[in-house]
Amino acid sequence: MSVVTVQLGQCGNQVGHELFDIICSDAHEPQRKEYRSASCERFFHHTAHGDLEARAVLVDMESKVINRSMSKAAKSGRWRYGESSHFSQKQGSGNNWANGFCVHGPRHREAVEELVRREVERCDRLAGLMAMMSVAGGTGSGVGTYVTQCLREIYPKSFIVNHLTWPYGTGEVIVQNYNSVLSLAHLYQLSDAILVHENDTVHKICSQLLNLRDISFSDINSIIAQQLGGVLQPALTTDSYGVYSRNPLGELLSALTCHPEYKLLSVSTVPQMPSASVAYSTFSWPGMLKHLRQMLISNTKMEEGIDWQVRPPSGSERTRSVTGVGFNTSLANLLILRGKDVYSAETGGFEDPALYTSWLSPHTAFNLWKSPVPFKYEKSATLVSNSQALLRPLDNMVGKAWNMFASKAYVHQYIKFGFTEEDFLDSFTSLEQVISSYSQLC
Amino acid sequence: MTQSVVVQVGQCGNQIGCRFWDLALREHAHVNKRGLYDEALSSFFRNLCNDTTGSKLCAQRILKQNICAVLTLTYLNPQAVLVDMEEGVVNEILQGPLREVFDSGQLLTDVSGSGNNWAVGHMTYGSAYREQIVDKLRKAAEHCDCLQCFFLIHSMGGGTGSGLGTRVLGLLEEEFPEVCRIVTSIYPSAEDDVITSPYNSVLAMSALTEHADCVLPVENQSLVDIVNKINRMSHSGKLGSVIKTDSTVISGQGGVSGAEKPFDAMNNIVANLLLNITSSARFEGSLNMDLNEIAMNLVPFPHLHYLVPSLTPLYPLADVSVPTRRLDQMFSDAFSKDHQLIRGNPKHSLYLACALMLRGNVQMSDLRRNIERLKLSLPFVSWNQEGWKTSLCSVPPVGHSQFLLALANNTCVKATFMELRERFTKLYRKKAHLHHYLHVEGMEQNTFSEAISSLSSLIEEYNHLDGTKGRVMPDAHRLSIAR
Repeated sequence: MSVVTVQLGQCGNQVGHELFDIICSDAHEPQRKEYRSASCERFFHHTAHGDLEARAVLVDMESKVINRSMSKAAKSGRWRYGESSHFSQKQGSGNNWANGFCVHGPRHREAVEELVRREVERCDRLAGLMAMMSVAGGTGSGVGTYVTQCLREIYPKSFIVNHLTWPYGTGEVIVQNYNSVLSLAHLYQLSDAILVHENDTVHKICSQLLNLRDISFSDINSIIAQQLGGVLQPALTTDSYGVYSRNPLGELLSALTCHPEYKLLSVSTVPQMPSASVAYSTFSWPGMLKHLRQMLISNTKMEEGIDWQVRPPSGSERTRSVTGVGFNTSLANLLILRGKDVYSAETGGFEDPALYTSWLSPHTAFNLWKSPVPFKYEKSATLVSNSQALLRPLDNMVGKAWNMFASKAYVHQYIKFGFTEEDFLDSFTSLEQVISSYSQLC
Repeated sequence: MTQSVVVQVGQCGNQIGCRFWDLALREHAHVNKRGLYDEALSSFFRNLCNDTTGSKLCAQRILKQNICAVLTLTYLNPQAVLVDMEEGVVNEILQGPLREVFDSGQLLTDVSGSGNNWAVGHMTYGSAYREQIVDKLRKAAEHCDCLQCFFLIHSMGGGTGSGLGTRVLGLLEEEFPEVCRIVTSIYPSAEDDVITSPYNSVLAMSALTEHADCVLPVENQSLVDIVNKINRMSHSGKLGSVIKTDSTVISGQGGVSGAEKPFDAMNNIVANLLLNITSSARFEGSLNMDLNEIAMNLVPFPHLHYLVPSLTPLYPLADVSVPTRRLDQMFSDAFSKDHQLIRGNPKHSLYLACALMLRGNVQMSDLRRNIERLKLSLPFVSWNQEGWKTSLCSVPPVGHSQFLLALANNTCVKATFMELRERFTKLYRKKAHLHHYLHVEGMEQNTFSEAISSLSSLIEEYNHLDGTKGRVMPDAHRLSIAR
């Protein structure tokens, strides 16, 4: 089955390009044929000339980034984007969500829908749609939300997953908290799952784990793409009997989003290191999984500065609804192991009932996928988690936006494009609901 | 790629405008060595040559000519409309080296001037030339593929720039409601030789407050101070402070106009402000700022759209050691009074939002480091503690390796407005010179009272925000959810 990716706005188009590039360059050895063909079926199709073409639609309100992504892909010589599967205009949305959602989105609805429809019709079987965007600016967030809404209307039964990049705390866009709140509140009603990467976290990975000095957006994007690849590349599920899963998004959703109130997913991976250090490192499953488990329960997104003091609450503490200090309660976790000796890896630590809510058994809450094909490192583990991990950044975001809204600052810029104060209030209400649900997980 | 149109009104507006075009040509000639008509040029210049092979040659000739300032400029046409109600300045342009780039269809002049009377400019000429102005604006807009922004340049003190300039602003809003309007306004000094300048400025202010998306206020006195400071530095001859004389802020040399005229030094500084605010629209960079993002990020309330500009460095030192310290110094300077284009103390007032527009060799990490360092000493309004917007443009101005333009929405502009109100009230109390205005058809006494109350309520809005400063503002109560 195949996934159709919709790349929206500057960030979506950059991350999307990195993702396809990483997927395409993965596993070229002849003995990996089965894995590779499963991966290709998901993300590429063959043109009449035998070239690989990404199953993607590129949408932006200005053409610069799309042009760059398309020509970079073509230059790679390994894959490219479809020649006519992109849509761009001349003028951006000016960091204004309402401009994207109320003006640009509706104005170009038909053109974008037509591109997606063509891409969907090219799939033998559609596994679902993945929309990639940032939530800070105007086009990715505003047009992206609008396009997601259209896709939900046209494909009511298909899986739709959104990949969102959350902005740095400061410095990118002043109204980013408004734009993020409006995007998230709307997408929460439309999407089946929302996979989130935070720029601040990824920036730290670049500086502390990869020792990069001048960190650019392309460094950030390639980390995000690498982690996404770890999630989306083929793997063997427990009941797949040695055949690579054919339903990537469906399997992902059934593993992680068991309740419509909870659909925020975060990703962490081990190892992450400068490529120069790889040759001098040894990887062992017990060590990696021990780290990854502690990263999960202490809510650390990288393998450094992990708080080893955090412990899951004991049975008696649970009933008091106050969970341990700094403890991150999970609703569901999906662990994906790739590389050498995966079958010997011991993952019992993740099946501890204390990690999960009381109303879901670890048997349902924990899922494990494996693939003997190494992904970048000799051994690597990716954990996708539906947990309280995003609670604090979400709460911060809503808090800052609400403070601004209480002073009515910048609201006129949104009203100018036909958005109303009530619309703002509705969005705040629905996100407060999400925050409340996640903070009560126990 | 989007386009912008520059509308320059009155003597001051046209002088600054022409410095801008001159410096912009020089900047493009400096970057565009091959002399081809490119995307960067297309945002402010129209290519008059239709066939592609021709256009290569033409642009090549033009840019070369710009450097040697010998031959004629025939094929690049600035997207501009020049309006003045006397002929002097525009004629000077038409006799000068820029004569070939402008088309007579872009010009509009009269002979008698507005006599330093806002009402004559706004009412008399505004009504008489309305059709012609709209026609010229439409023509300019038609040449644009995707028109994003109008830049209006004018002064506040006189009659034409102030009166007709603000009339043009109103016309822009009527005719092109979706196109962003960024106004550069030159405020008169206290010891201005135009006796009615307080009237003119206050009347103009109310139009700016109502119809502009952003206003970049520039005080004449600050320009004088900056020019004096540069002169002092260049004559001090201290070791290690030798100034490079060919940089863009202090010199127009290398442009098409040769000899420097009085006010050129001051006009150059304002032209540089425009050059830098548009740099991100003209050149590539890793973090672009679209022109419509300026108002979106910096204007939290519709009327509070006066953005304090500061430019740094004002002069590059010839000595090039200690680059990091110099880079950090540049960031610090942007928040000092000496580099601001209006007087007023931002650190003792309140920041509502701030944009840092960088050019040249600056990295994201330099930016983040300096914001972290500076924000400790800068008071930001409680609901916008992280009110920073940044952009990186890879092409530095001529003669510099880095450059920073800061645009601060800061309540310190209030001081300029209060001073203006005081000078207005002094005249108005005695009804001095009022009859000159009331003679003009369409002008009534309540135009004055409305203008002054509009100014007062603007000052009141700033006062209100200033009142929140220093107080610990509790977070707003969040919505509570039924469980």
